[in-house]
Amino acid sequence: MMKPWVRRFTGITGTIISVAVLLYIYEKIGLSPKSILQTTFLALTPLLLAALGETINEKGGLVNIGLEGILLMTAVLGVYFAEITHSGWYGLILGALLGGLIGFIFGVISVYGKADQIIVGIGLNLFSLGFVQFFMMAVWAMPGIRIPPKEVIIPPTTISGFRVSLITIVSILLAPIVHYLINETKFGLWLRAAGEAPESLDAAGVSVEKIRITGATIGGLLTGLGGAFMSLAWFGGVVKEISAGRGFIALAIMVASGLRPLYALLFSFIFGFAEATAIAISLTPGVKEVVPYHLILMIPYIVTLATVSIFMGRARFPKALGLPYRRE
Amino acid sequence: MGLAGELRENVRRISVSLLISLGVFVIGLSIGAVLMVIFGYNPLKAYRSLFYGALLERGGLAESISLSIPLMLSGLTFAISAKAGLFNIGAEGQIYLGAIGAVIAGAYLSLPFLLHLIVTTLFAMLLGVAWSLGPALLKIYRGVNEVITTIMFNWIATYLVMYLALNVFYDPQRAERTVTVLPTARYPQLVEYSSLTTAIFAALLLCIVFYVILFKTKIGYELRVYGSNPDAAKYSGISSKKVVLYSFILGGMAAGLAGGLLITGRPPTFALYGTLGNVSGYGFDGIGVALIGRNHPIGIMLSAFLIALLRNGGRYMEFQAGVYSELVRAIIGIIVIALAIPEIYEMVARYMRIRRARRMVE
Repeated sequence: MMKPWVRRFTGITGTIISVAVLLYIYEKIGLSPKSILQTTFLALTPLLLAALGETINEKGGLVNIGLEGILLMTAVLGVYFAEITHSGWYGLILGALLGGLIGFIFGVISVYGKADQIIVGIGLNLFSLGFVQFFMMAVWAMPGIRIPPKEVIIPPTTISGFRVSLITIVSILLAPIVHYLINETKFGLWLRAAGEAPESLDAAGVSVEKIRITGATIGGLLTGLGGAFMSLAWFGGVVKEISAGRGFIALAIMVASGLRPLYALLFSFIFGFAEATAIAISLTPGVKEVVPYHLILMIPYIVTLATVSIFMGRARFPKALGLPYRRE
Repeated sequence: MGLAGELRENVRRISVSLLISLGVFVIGLSIGAVLMVIFGYNPLKAYRSLFYGALLERGGLAESISLSIPLMLSGLTFAISAKAGLFNIGAEGQIYLGAIGAVIAGAYLSLPFLLHLIVTTLFAMLLGVAWSLGPALLKIYRGVNEVITTIMFNWIATYLVMYLALNVFYDPQRAERTVTVLPTARYPQLVEYSSLTTAIFAALLLCIVFYVILFKTKIGYELRVYGSNPDAAKYSGISSKKVVLYSFILGGMAAGLAGGLLITGRPPTFALYGTLGNVSGYGFDGIGVALIGRNHPIGIMLSAFLIALLRNGGRYMEFQAGVYSELVRAIIGIIVIALAIPEIYEMVARYMRIRRARRMVE
């Protein structure tokens, strides 16, 4: 058995080396390494935010597989909020708050309704699929696509020639912050207790219900930020398929990282890189003609399957995960 | 308890189930109505045109029954896994594979009628099963959560089948769709002015087969024990690997059949569009079907019709009241969420208890 720090070190250096090798190969076949890295950072943002959100959720004992639905609804309504407030930043904030509201409702249904959380998550995803299409038709009279005016799009900032979104930087910083929140703060202790041994938290006089709902709300908030980011700061518009399974890729990241935020950052980078590769291949002239477009689009999902299968089995999840808490 | 008591108990259980399903159906429609009012539509007009269209319009009822075919089958996919305590939400991708399978066998084989139909149907089911094996094996050997793998397989299936439809099996005259299935592999039409064909009998037959497997065979028993109490199942020597494998294989059969019948049993197209437009969405709606039917094959036959009615009527709602038909899927989502909340059942059960008590007093 390798010591944990050795494994961590090999994991990180392994990733860096493979990315460097791949970038070298990409340059040889005519793809631009710089633009791939720029896309990687865009693509990792919603994944990381949703995975961090779900990590908080699950530490508290709730499983929300409705991330996909939250990403979709906040991406669409984020555009709507930005248009009515004439500001991309307000759209982003309101989108995040909407995500928090959905997370809160999910928390209340799960905690007080003692619901089967997986089924609620499935229902949430189904609802959002139908709702966003209905909403887009009702508000914009357009089936499934909306390009908002340019002034509400949040442009990326340029740091020494490298274009990166401010929100990406914030979400990368959030990884150590969430790690600290979970492991070093009083709230984190309560949260972990709510997931591991809710009866002890109850005995200590802290409400399991409130802690879990707070976790679900923060989780929804982060996911909502990721959703609004996609439409307002990445694609500059929204289509009804915008979430494209990212909610489930985020679940895979959370599972593979074993609920450790810093690992979630590493895995988000890997998945973001896979997606950036797919995007680059499908756009670069001279390359895109050689490889069938539809097969390229499979890359992120295949990478997700492979990664989650390799890293499965090491993680340990909270004992009371997914179980409604009932007082004896 | 005597035979009469047992019968009474059964009747009570079934009526509670029906009441719950009907109750959440009403909840779903009410929230749908609230959404319509918020966005400035008239819900009464919308629902009137929905139900009128789905039931009374010429061919409307037959069309609703026809739409229930893929729904009841993808409902079975989710239900058989749910009975085993698993969440197979991969019906969507397995349907795509079944559909392309039907195109391949139906268009490129040359066999006499009936034999061709049977071979095509079986090949569609086979591809559905093949696609369900991936998540099953990853679950068995790597312990990977089936929710994640089935969704990933759905996305991979989407692009794989799109690729096959547009680049390999495309119609040279109409490149936006595949070649059409030969007349020898098509299910005969049952009702004029509708797409209802004899495919409905294949679907109903599979429902009955699933009922028999679940409640009359050893594997069905093991599946149900494992689903209700995995620990007890382990101590009584039931293999979890076997349960996972069988529930996914059966699920893949049902979804593959759904995809096949959408191609061979739904006039007038008999081909697969490159957008997958004529086969998509049924896998996810099937989850709602399974839950409303309480994961029971007979319940699923009924709930598939209810959901098909909404989806078919949704088109009329869109024409006549201007409400986009996708609202129906949001309503299904609400129904699913409502069904997940046990407090709702308890309310119904309490109501039944009070009524019974009152009857006894009288």
